[in-house]
Order: sequence, then C-alpha cells, then structure tokens
Amino acid sequence: MTNFGTVDGTAGRIMIRLENLRKEYPKEPKPAVDDLTLEIPEGEIVILVGPSGCGKTTTMKMINRIIEPTSGRIVVDDKDVTHEDPDQLRRRIGYVIQQIGLFPHQTIAENIATVPKLLGWDAKRIDARIDELLETVSMSPATYRNRYPKQLSGGQRQRVGVARALSGDPAVMLMDEPFGAIDPITRDRLQNEFLRLQAEVRKTIVFVTHDIDEAIKMGDRIAILEEGSRIAQYDTPEQILTAPASDFVADFIGAGASLKRLNLSRVRDIQLTEWPTVARNADGAAVLDALRASDKGCALVLDEQRRPCRWVSAADVQRGDGRAIDEIGLPPDAVVEPQATLNDALNELITANYSVAIVVDAAGVYQGIVDIDHINEAIRGMRTAARAKARAGLVEDRDEDLLTKGTTT
Amino acid sequence: MTTSTEQSLGAEATAPEMGMAPIRREHRTVASYLLMPVFLALVCLGLYLYVQSKELDTIEQRALNASRLGTAGWEHVQLTIVSTIFVILIAIPLGVFLTRPFTRRFRGVLLTVANIGQALPTIGVLALFAVAFVFIGFKAAIVGLVAYTVLPVLRNTMVGLQQVDENVLEAGRGMGISKMGVLTRIELPLAVPIILAGVRTALVINVGTAALATYINAGGLGDIIVAGLSTNRLTVQITGAVLTAVLALLVDYLAGIAEDVLRPKGL
Ligand SMILES: Nc1ncnc2c1ncn2[C@@H]1O[C@H](COP(=O)(O)OP(=O)(O)O)[C@@H](O)[C@H]1O
Ligand SMILES: [Mg+2]
Repeated sequence: MTNFGTVDGTAGRIMIRLENLRKEYPKEPKPAVDDLTLEIPEGEIVILVGPSGCGKTTTMKMINRIIEPTSGRIVVDDKDVTHEDPDQLRRRIGYVIQQIGLFPHQTIAENIATVPKLLGWDAKRIDARIDELLETVSMSPATYRNRYPKQLSGGQRQRVGVARALSGDPAVMLMDEPFGAIDPITRDRLQNEFLRLQAEVRKTIVFVTHDIDEAIKMGDRIAILEEGSRIAQYDTPEQILTAPASDFVADFIGAGASLKRLNLSRVRDIQLTEWPTVARNADGAAVLDALRASDKGCALVLDEQRRPCRWVSAADVQRGDGRAIDEIGLPPDAVVEPQATLNDALNELITANYSVAIVVDAAGVYQGIVDIDHINEAIRGMRTAARAKARAGLVEDRDEDLLTKGTTT
Repeated sequence: MTTSTEQSLGAEATAPEMGMAPIRREHRTVASYLLMPVFLALVCLGLYLYVQSKELDTIEQRALNASRLGTAGWEHVQLTIVSTIFVILIAIPLGVFLTRPFTRRFRGVLLTVANIGQALPTIGVLALFAVAFVFIGFKAAIVGLVAYTVLPVLRNTMVGLQQVDENVLEAGRGMGISKMGVLTRIELPLAVPIILAGVRTALVINVGTAALATYINAGGLGDIIVAGLSTNRLTVQITGAVLTAVLALLVDYLAGIAEDVLRPKGL
C-alpha cells in the first residue's frame, strides 16, 4: 500500500523529506511507522495529527533520531542525515516536548543557553541571544533571566521551552504536543503568540497533536495519520475540511466542519461592523442621539484613549437618573484582538451581553465589532471558495490523466 | 533587594497564569546551625564534670586519660572517614554504571540486593568478623566497613539517578548534549541530594560500626567501651559510649551542612 505525502509545485522548497521511513519496535507485530514518505516544505507548519498510538511521535522523533529508523532515509536541508552524528544533527533542530523538560537546576538563562554553548558561541553573543529570546516570548529578561523553572507558571515554562528550542536559530523545529498540558485559555493565548512568532521567524515546523482543532488552527498543511503512520490525507486545512479524502478523515474531523473552518480566518481579515460610540465624558443625551442615528440597541462608551469601558442602552440612560454614562449599563465583555480567529470571536460573542465581540488592538484601542452575521457570512464565503477550489482541482487532475494517457499510448 | 523581589512577585501573582509555585528553600537561620554544636559541647562538658566528680581508681585513670581518649577518638574518625571515602569511590561509579540503559532488565534485582543491607545493622558486625578470618587490624576494619556501607550509597545513587525526570533527559539529548554531558551536567547534579543522603547514612553507620572494630584490633572508641566492660567499670563504659554517640551526631550534623551547601539551587 502506498504511503505518500507529497506536495505540489506551489509549495516552497522541500526542507525535510522522509523516504520510505519505517520503524518496527521489537516484539510489536505491526510497524509503528509503515514505509512513510513525506515532504515538508520550507517555512511551513506541518501538523501530524491522528488518533493516539498512530505513530505521530515515533515519526517526529525519527527526524532528529531520538528514535532510530529501522529502514528508510531522512533528508534535511538537502542533506541525508540518516547516518549523521545525531548530536550534531540535533543542535540544528529545535525540539519542544509536551512536558517541556526544562533543567530544574539551571536558571532560565542557563536553560536557554544550552544549544548556543554547545555550538561554541561566545558569552556576549549568548547573553544577547537570551535577552532577545525572552523578549520574543513576552517575558521580561530582567525579571526572568535568573529565575529557576519551578518559579514559573506552566504557561511561562512553555514559553521558555520554545525560547530554548529557538536559541541556536535552527531552521527546523520539532514540537510534540507542545500545548497539550496547558489549560485551554492559556493554550489559546500561547497558540496565537506562537503563530505571531512564526510569522516573523518562518521556521520549518513539524508539529504533533491529537487535536484536530489545534491542527486546523496552527497548520499550513496537515497530515492526517492512521495506524502505522499511514497518511489518510495530506493537504491544507481548507482542503481537508472541504474535501475529506476518506471516511476516516471525515470521522476524524468530526461534526461541524463549517464551524471548524472558522479557525481558518481571523478577525483582521474581515470588514468590521460600525457601531455607535460615545466618549466617556459625554452625557446620556449624547448616547440617545447616537442610538437614534443607528439601528443598534446600545452604544459603546470609550475612554480618552478610545478603549471600550461600558455598554449603555437607552433603557440604561433612563434608569440612570443622570448618573455619569460610564457608571451605568454593563461592562464591555467579549473583547478580542485582530489576530483572534473567528472561532475565538464566536466563542466570545455567544456568551456576551449584546451578542457581539468588541475588537481592540494590542494597546486596547477600539477597532470595531464582530457580530453573528459576520460569522455566518464568513462560513458561507469559505464554503463557496473551497468548493470552487475543489472543483478546479478535479478538472486539473482530469487534464493530467488525459495527458499521461496521451503519452503512454 | 528582598523587598523589591517580593513586590514584583506579588504584582505578577495577580494574573492567574503568572501564579508562581512557592519557592521552597531551606531557610535555616544561623541560630539553628549553632544548636547542634552547642548541644554536643554541653554533653561533653557534662561528661567531663561527671567523670571529675568521681573518685577514679587506677584502672579508670589509665583508661580515661586525655591522650588515650584522643588516640581512640582519632582512630575512630580515621576509620569512619577512610571507609566512607572508599564507599564513595566504589558505590557512585557503580551506581552510575548500573543505571545505564543496558542494565534495565535486571535493575530491579540489583536494587533489591542493594536494599538488603539497609535494614540489618548486624550485617555490619558479620562483615567485620568475616574479614577477621582472613586478616585483622585497621585495613581489615576498613574492608568490613566498606563492604557493609557500600550498599546504602549504591542504592541511593541508583534511586537518585532513576528518579531524574525522563523528559528532562530527553530534552537534553534532543538538544544535542552528548550522553556523557547529560550524565555529568544533568543526571548527577539532579541526583546529588539523594546520593548525599546515602553518604550521610553511610557515615553515621560507619561511626557506629567502627565501635566494633576494636574486636579485630583496629582501635577506635570501641577500645574504651570494651576496656570498661572487661574491667567492669561503668564510668569507663559510659565515657566510651557517650563519646561515640557525640561523634555520630557531629558527623551527621556536618554531613547535613554539606547537603545544604551542595544541593543544586532551583530544586
Ligand atoms: N518504545 C516503544 N516500544 C514499543 N512500542 C512502542 C514504543 N513507542 C511506541 N510504541 C508503539 O508504537 C505505536 C506508535 O506510538 P507513538 O508514535 O507514540 O504514537 P502517537 O504519538 O501517535 O500516540 C503505538 O502502538 C505504541 O504502542
Ligand atoms: Mg505521541
């Protein structure tokens, strides 16, 4: 049976190529990885996702030879590394595991310095690198450099784990369920931070998860794996959601493929709704004017820096008896940033008082509103686009078929 | 300095995600470090006054003069220290060797064997007398003491190395640290507290067992006790026994300080 995951010409240069990679564990009847061939393009996050025990971790760990393959070839950056000295290889590949594995007896700075020291950098360069990386993962160097891992929260440790993996500036990163052991809220935040970071550093990343939602959110490309690390589908998240290649894939995606597609677009990609706003120092009459001029039931009160501070409706003004408008009404809930996914926004707005999510920039300044109509529109738009793309693919395939037939006959 | 750190910690703790695990560090005050030496000095003083208050006969006078006590005490210290050094030199490398991956299959059995010595102090006596069949004297006593206390140190070395988090080791290997580097820079430092606890146990056992070395002509404070027993002089027996106990407590105290100093920070 073929077990191929190749990419078409539109993808970038191939950074990692696994060729007929196979792993048999002693005394296990079936191979954990069964002749896998997989191409991973440069600068992309490729997700290996599949049910527990399907061979994701084994596949990933063969890339830096933590696990030695039984047979097959591993090519990284056009170099066959199947028999290279593993220590040398690993210093060029960032490695993050779920349990993080920070060295508890070393400070954060010492932890991050591990690979640069192995690479023989001088002390000044290492020092500068530590500060740079701590800044990158939003941790103040002055505060955290000399702390020990046990003095950090789970989310902070994970950040340090990522910083440590980036320290030698590797072209390739391997991440095995890096956010798996973290509470959902922090996980969301870390995922967003990581995507922002990746947009800057453009590493080639192999990312293992068993969570299809995480795969869709994080992946440029997803390999859905069945037992024996057999590729059920290797494609972009859009294509996988739109055109699952088999029942296995469809089952694995589960119900609500349209909702999952909301993970693919971000608040910054859509046109935000205008909403009536009033300044905090205005009075109730100004609120009523603003409401009259629009079709909305409530106005958003903004402070001097244009940050949301209150929802006020006409009823609130009447009941308020002339109190300041930032003392009546409801606090502004459901606040999202532009890089949040529409799924994040939807989650926020369904529990919000006025069923809308407020969009603010990194400084908290009001940008606009996302409401349920947006979400509906986005789903409809994505469906149409994806369907068109899938059709186009069909036609191309048929052309190619004809072509090959033409040449062979 | 301290206040500013505390303030910054307090400020961050407001965000739940920033919540810090409590820092557990030994906050031993200088006073608590002085407690044991002062106590031991008082015990010695009490012993001195007690002996002074007695009318000593010639036998007692011969047994309890300063130079005799000094020699016996010094011999005892030598027996303890030399045997413990040998134990460290043998047990720690052996423990490292026996915890390498290729021994995985029979490691359980090894640990059980290493555990046997723990519960049975009398084995120490047996070891001493077994050696005495072959030869006697200081060296024989050292062989006997080492043979016995190698086991607790070996056991603690193995347990100490095995309790190191697999993930920490995998992270180390995964970053390209060599096997030797992982052993010396990660495994051993992280095992230090447990290994040192084993060495401390060995030291104390050695002080106790060395009191029996007198039976194979190796000297030590046992000489005093046995002299008291054979001549039926209670004062002499008490002096020997109390000095042995003081030495054991002192050694334990010093080993405790060594543990505090050598324990890696951050654990
Ligand atoms: N060290 C090992 N020895 C024997 N079998 C193993 C070992 N590691 C993994 N396996 C088996 O190989 C298969 C794939 O494991 P793994 O790669 O860890 O899966 P995943 O990461 O997808 O959950 C499983 O059936 C697992 O039981
Ligand atoms: Mg796994």
